[in-house]
Amino acid sequence: MKILGHKPTGTAWIGLGIIAFNLFIAIFGPLFAPFSQSETVGATWDPSSAQMWLGADQIGRDMLTRLIYGARMTIGVALATTFISFFIGITLGFTAAVLGGWVDTLISRLVDVILSIPLLILALIILGVFGSSIPVLILTIAVLDSTRVFRLARALGMNLTVLEYVEAARLRGEGTWWIIRREILPNASAPLVSEFGLRFCFNFLFIAALSFLGLGIQPPFADWGGMVRENSAAINFGMLAPIWPALAITILTVGVNLVVDWLLSIEARPSGAQAEL
Amino acid sequence: MLRLIANRLGLGVVTLFAVSILIFVCTQILPGDVASAVLGQGATPETLAAFRKELGLNVPAYQRYFNWLWGALHGDLGVAMTNKRVIIDELLPRLYNTLFLAGYAALIAIPLSVGLGILAAINEGKFVDKASNVLTLITISVPEFFIAYLLIILFVVNLEWFPSLATVFPGISFSERVYITTLPALALTLLVAAHMLRMTRSSVLSVMSSPYIEMAFLKGATRSRVIARHALPNAAAPIITVVALNIAYLVVGVVVLESVFVYPGIGQLMVDAVAKRDVPVIQACGLVFAGVFVILNTLADVLVIMVNPRLRHKR
Repeated sequence: MKILGHKPTGTAWIGLGIIAFNLFIAIFGPLFAPFSQSETVGATWDPSSAQMWLGADQIGRDMLTRLIYGARMTIGVALATTFISFFIGITLGFTAAVLGGWVDTLISRLVDVILSIPLLILALIILGVFGSSIPVLILTIAVLDSTRVFRLARALGMNLTVLEYVEAARLRGEGTWWIIRREILPNASAPLVSEFGLRFCFNFLFIAALSFLGLGIQPPFADWGGMVRENSAAINFGMLAPIWPALAITILTVGVNLVVDWLLSIEARPSGAQAEL
Repeated sequence: MLRLIANRLGLGVVTLFAVSILIFVCTQILPGDVASAVLGQGATPETLAAFRKELGLNVPAYQRYFNWLWGALHGDLGVAMTNKRVIIDELLPRLYNTLFLAGYAALIAIPLSVGLGILAAINEGKFVDKASNVLTLITISVPEFFIAYLLIILFVVNLEWFPSLATVFPGISFSERVYITTLPALALTLLVAAHMLRMTRSSVLSVMSSPYIEMAFLKGATRSRVIARHALPNAAAPIITVVALNIAYLVVGVVVLESVFVYPGIGQLMVDAVAKRDVPVIQACGLVFAGVFVILNTLADVLVIMVNPRLRHKR
């Protein structure tokens, strides 16, 4: 079986499997969940048993059920963030590359300033001023993350705008937006796909870290980073409660990274001239 | 070379200035009105006006910015909104704690990862290289707190070597401080070492593909000699850049780990301030973090200029 015209390697198949499983759980999971989301079915941090495979959380809810419900929120927010980030980053990056001149200079300098300090610090500043709600969280991280997408999209666009077919389209009198959509985007898609995986991992971990700090997705929504936070005290008694959501986060990121690694290795092959980008 | 260094230092100052504007804009202008944002909808017009005056919001933004910057340059970062404490007094000891932890981790992480990275490059394609590739990929994918919890389970719960909370207090002895911060420092090390290792490996390998290296091989030098004598001096610059980037990342990774280990650093101060929406403290912490980050990057670039043999002599 081929994906994107190439045969995945063994590790890539593992990664694809992990991603498919996580998406399935995120979409259909609640149908299979053994209990309901907020139902108290045991005592605080009950150990694993036949009824509760992963034990209970800090107020006796079933850990597995919470994980299944949390998948939708955690993955959904990270995906939404990455999509918005790509939309902003690609639009601005290609516009800067095609128009050049002061538009390019203005956006590029702004991005330089934003990237000269850690994104986490900026995110904390903005969340501190606006307070954390899901729309604010998604927009903040999407805008901050789009700076990285902008850099890649601009570099890709720069290399493509000098090619003859773009020049031809310009001479035909096509508009900027048409050139971006029809000439540049299709030719820049391969590196952008692997970048999407990387940015998703970054945003996913970023949101998990913020939720862990209590500044991301807020209760009563179940999300994996927040679940680690709620159960963190258990670790000092040697109980595994906070390990499960942390492990779920780890497995999904490893899975995406395995696929990205494979995609990058395709692009890095001699036939693909995009390796340098 | 001196001119290059002076240029770079000047650029660093400009960057710091731009960053201070960015932070100011994010906290003061973006939300429209900090006073109503903080007090919420229940505030009466009188309380709003009083609060605005207290924050100094009745003067124009650019004037406020210069007042704030002038104060910050003189070590006056204002007073916390919630507990009315002078921010700088609270900030400095915490900054020391954070830098201590980051420095401790850097001391373990840099030799370890640069050494292993070179080792992986020497053994490219062999078992050592493949094993380190998979291991580092996994470490990169892992959230900070997961590493920390695994370390706690191993060293605190099972082996009982270290305490799980890294509570340092004023007047703690140096050896005691080192002992208590070992576990967070280890967690930080694991966090950045993987990145550094991978990038050291790839920068050594990219130098290895240049023609003069092929020449060295052709004249019969062994692989390890080629790497030590020919490749490494030229790979030094990218390695320094990578190390500096990761130390800067260390300073940020600290934010989450300080929370796990309840370590009284500047990251915790900032997280608490964000939770309480204490804008002056958030501004101050943001400025300090950004400052440390920019200074480290500038230093690294200066160092890169200094180790570049082509720039060492006047033409």
